[in-house]
Amino acid sequence: MNLWFVLATAGLITFATRLSFIAMSGRYRPPSWFVAILPYVPIAALTALIAPDLLLVAGQLSLGLDNPRFWAGLVAIAVAVWRRNILLTIGCGFAVLWGMQWLV
Amino acid sequence: MEGRRAAFWLGVRALLPMHLGVMPFGVIYGIVALQSGIPPLAAVLMSSIVFAGSAQFLIAQLVGVGAPALLMVGAAGLVNLRHALYSASVAPVLEHLPMRWKLLLSYFLTDEAYAAAIPHLLAEPRSPFAHWILLGAGFALWAGWQVATLIGVLLGAGLPNDWSLDFALPLTFIALVVPLLTDRRRVAVALVAAGSAVLFAGLPYKLGLFCAALGALLLAGLWPGRPAR
Repeated sequence: MNLWFVLATAGLITFATRLSFIAMSGRYRPPSWFVAILPYVPIAALTALIAPDLLLVAGQLSLGLDNPRFWAGLVAIAVAVWRRNILLTIGCGFAVLWGMQWLV
Repeated sequence: MEGRRAAFWLGVRALLPMHLGVMPFGVIYGIVALQSGIPPLAAVLMSSIVFAGSAQFLIAQLVGVGAPALLMVGAAGLVNLRHALYSASVAPVLEHLPMRWKLLLSYFLTDEAYAAAIPHLLAEPRSPFAHWILLGAGFALWAGWQVATLIGVLLGAGLPNDWSLDFALPLTFIALVVPLLTDRRRVAVALVAAGSAVLFAGLPYKLGLFCAALGALLLAGLWPGRPAR
């Protein structure tokens, strides 16, 4: 019974967080500085989300050959700059990751 | 009608590559939830009720160690704070919609659905069908997440996990974010977000991620010159 309380409450809080600004839109005009930074939200949030995956190994900064995810990520960034092709980016990233896991 | 359907499928297609990473993640969630002592029905329903991968993992872990209920709820709330940023980001595009659409799209506003839809929403914020893109991405993620959870709960442990398929998520996010880096200010925002996310990675409940994103946004606001749209 306690578990169902946790699920219901956690679900409601998650939903309320996602609804927050969407529900307010149209009723309230946000200040202009707020509107001006909104286009940067995807860059800031999504980069912060994945950077630790690429740069940390067991909580420590690791940019050596023992961290294939860093090199695979670098190659994926280069491929994404070169061609705007999602599947090509994923494919090249996995090729580097699996190649290094196999070799190193 | 044609425009709606095309926009919906655009969202579905933008999300599909992420399933390579989401499906194993969902299967592992199902396994972890059972191992923590969560009954199968609750483990499966949590994927619909909470519908937030990292929060579900956290709850499963906390159930496993017998944490108090309020701690679990608070931890899940903190982990999901970043969704408020996504909410602020898509709010202007959804402003004109009736409340039932706002409620539905808020339910679907996950990391993945946001990442898949936002490049299209930024490119065409005035499109009358923009919200269908987010619906397509959100529904595609939801459906895959439910199937993956079910597989995890039904099959349990014993599935191979040495292909590092979870790496499909960062790779897809790279493919989505890099094209958004169109000027120096945007590159600086990305670099600061990455640097501070690493710096704050030790903070619990993904608060490091939230602080790093806020710090990078502060830089975006303070960067000299007018923001180029």
